[in-house]
Amino acid sequence: MAANSHANTDKPAEKGSIFNDPKVRGIVYQVALVSGLAYLVWSIIQNAARNLEKQNIASGFGFMDGTAGFAPNQSLIDVSAASTYGEIFIAGLLNTLLMAVIGIIFATIVGFIMGIARLSNNWVVSKIATVYIEIVRNIPLLLQIFFWYFAVLRALPHPKQSHVFLSEFYLNNRGFFMPKPIFGEGSELIGYALVAAIVGIFALINWAKKRQMETGKRFPVLWTSLALLFGLPLVAYFLSGMPVTFDHPVKTKFSLKGGMRVIPEFVGLLLALTIYTGAFIAEIVRAGILAVSHGQTEAAHALGLRNGPTLRLVIIPQAMRVIIPPLTSQYLNLTKNSSLAVAIAYPDIVSAGGTILNQTGQAIEVIGIWMIVYLSISLLISLFMNWYNRSIAMVER
Amino acid sequence: MKKVLLSVLLGSAMSVAATASQADTLDDVKGKGDVTCGVSQGLPGFSNPDAQGNWTGLDVDFCKAVAAAVFGDADKAKFAPLSAKERFTALQSGEIDVLPRNTTWTMSRDTKLGLNFAGVNYYDGQGFMVRKSLGVSSALELDGASVCTNTGTTTELNVTDYYRSNNMELELVQFEKADEVVQAYDGGRCDVYTTDASGLYAQRLKLTNADDHIVLPEIISKEPLGPVVRQGDDKWFNINKWVLFAMVNAEELGVTQANVDEMKNSKNPSVRRLLGTEGAFGEALGLSNDWAYQVIKAVGNYGESFDRNVGPKTPLGIARGVNDLWSKGGLMYAPPIR
Repeated sequence: MAANSHANTDKPAEKGSIFNDPKVRGIVYQVALVSGLAYLVWSIIQNAARNLEKQNIASGFGFMDGTAGFAPNQSLIDVSAASTYGEIFIAGLLNTLLMAVIGIIFATIVGFIMGIARLSNNWVVSKIATVYIEIVRNIPLLLQIFFWYFAVLRALPHPKQSHVFLSEFYLNNRGFFMPKPIFGEGSELIGYALVAAIVGIFALINWAKKRQMETGKRFPVLWTSLALLFGLPLVAYFLSGMPVTFDHPVKTKFSLKGGMRVIPEFVGLLLALTIYTGAFIAEIVRAGILAVSHGQTEAAHALGLRNGPTLRLVIIPQAMRVIIPPLTSQYLNLTKNSSLAVAIAYPDIVSAGGTILNQTGQAIEVIGIWMIVYLSISLLISLFMNWYNRSIAMVER
Repeated sequence: MKKVLLSVLLGSAMSVAATASQADTLDDVKGKGDVTCGVSQGLPGFSNPDAQGNWTGLDVDFCKAVAAAVFGDADKAKFAPLSAKERFTALQSGEIDVLPRNTTWTMSRDTKLGLNFAGVNYYDGQGFMVRKSLGVSSALELDGASVCTNTGTTTELNVTDYYRSNNMELELVQFEKADEVVQAYDGGRCDVYTTDASGLYAQRLKLTNADDHIVLPEIISKEPLGPVVRQGDDKWFNINKWVLFAMVNAEELGVTQANVDEMKNSKNPSVRRLLGTEGAFGEALGLSNDWAYQVIKAVGNYGESFDRNVGPKTPLGIARGVNDLWSKGGLMYAPPIR
């Protein structure tokens, strides 16, 4: 009603009936469509609830407070078999996120190297990249996951014959074991030092850029940054009286106990996802570089830039505008593909949810949570990449 | 998974008609002309396709028996391989008619999932398999071991409970499918493979060197395995229940696949009632009166099915043990037909 009277006051009365006003009609149609859709969704939910009740199937999310009775073998938070289903779910979610983040970083590195290598003038380098891309892109991911997982497993020895490095690092088919730092009292200073170092590095980069713009003098940013990053926490470590101790892995009857550990499932899945997605990213990078006109390279050479700086300072920044949108969808693919983890026992959210689903029988709820989780992660990645895309987009003048 | 999800959405959310038609599974089954059974994706002895693609096993025999009781033709049984995770949804949504898929009868499944267990066709328990070279003779010596198992089953819960109650630590490695568990265990990823003892005997056959592995004596859980039907369809529930009872009763009465025809002329009233020569017990089930005769004719009695699929003379070599008749010291006991 409000819309109608508003439309009436805006327009002269002699224009005729409000039913002929395209604006009013548009609003009416859209309201009708939205309420129709809302009714459809509502009735589906109602119907499902009624039918579930009729078939004596319990529903709702109350089951999340129940004791799980099982625990994943890798977790970023402290969970045990006495934890609730909700906590096990979160542990699985964090494992999914961990795989997604590390996978995206590695796949990007592999993709950029291989994409540039495929365009190399060196015959051997470009053919190696071509063979890699063509083989990996054309084999289903699940097979590659099995291949890498069982390849990793078979290559590693039994815990009794572990490879030992520096007498503290053990590598066997139960994983890679290393000492775990335990931060004692006073170690907050190290954390502060690390934050200070990172802030300092950003400031340094800005300052160096500005100085180069003004005076043309360059500053060794990389080495100074590295020195800051490692130097400051180290100084803080000694200043605070060396509060960090280490929990060493100890041999037991079957394997090793204590310390930190990277499980073989993680390595197998990471390898497969990195290599698979890296091949697609390589093609995107190649397409992006080829999209930059050759005149740009010639102009850069004419200014006296060598091949490296030409690529880094002229070609890649322009290529990024073409690369980012398809790169986003590869990141989304990698994240969603990580759900194949359940095939090789990596304890991600699908694996945790699967066990919970079976123990509680709450299929619709668990599947609903899965869908919402992957949707949310994907939307977040998209948001971030769109923001990044806008920030590097060409500024039209 | 997608297919199951779709059928959950379509089956239980959209169409009320589908729910209504599920109320009489027997009519549905007769209408479409076959009994669709949810079975495992390959568990030797219970439900496993052979080289020609024919399904064999204890659970498969049960499915064939139901088809024989309904249609008088065991070939009317159809099989849908399901993962542990998919099985209940497939049954709830009406994609399958009965689920004889080495499924453990538990209270939550019986009450919360809208299901009914038609009985127990194999009394199982969860066990452990290890390499002989470990020199372990009891599950209590497995503190700190890596344990491989299937996700989506009751086994994770049982093994974690067992370890917790004995103050031991474990690393649980959960795979989606049994084949990967076997490969990972064979590849040395785990010290222990745990699942139902029957499953251990079956999967041991797939290992590179089956003789290097032993099943430990501890049985840490009760796993009564049996066929499952939807709750709220008593007629279909009765049919499945009594097909199983008929097979057990037949063994007790000495009726076998070979002698079932001559047993029709037996003077023993129990046998005559079983085989439908006396009384009208089949009618009460909505079937023909010779329903049990058809069952025995098609798959034999329970003992025969056991011996053919999992017994001592098969590669699995499982002794009758608790699965023997009650009269021989086991747990198999069927109410009488009268």
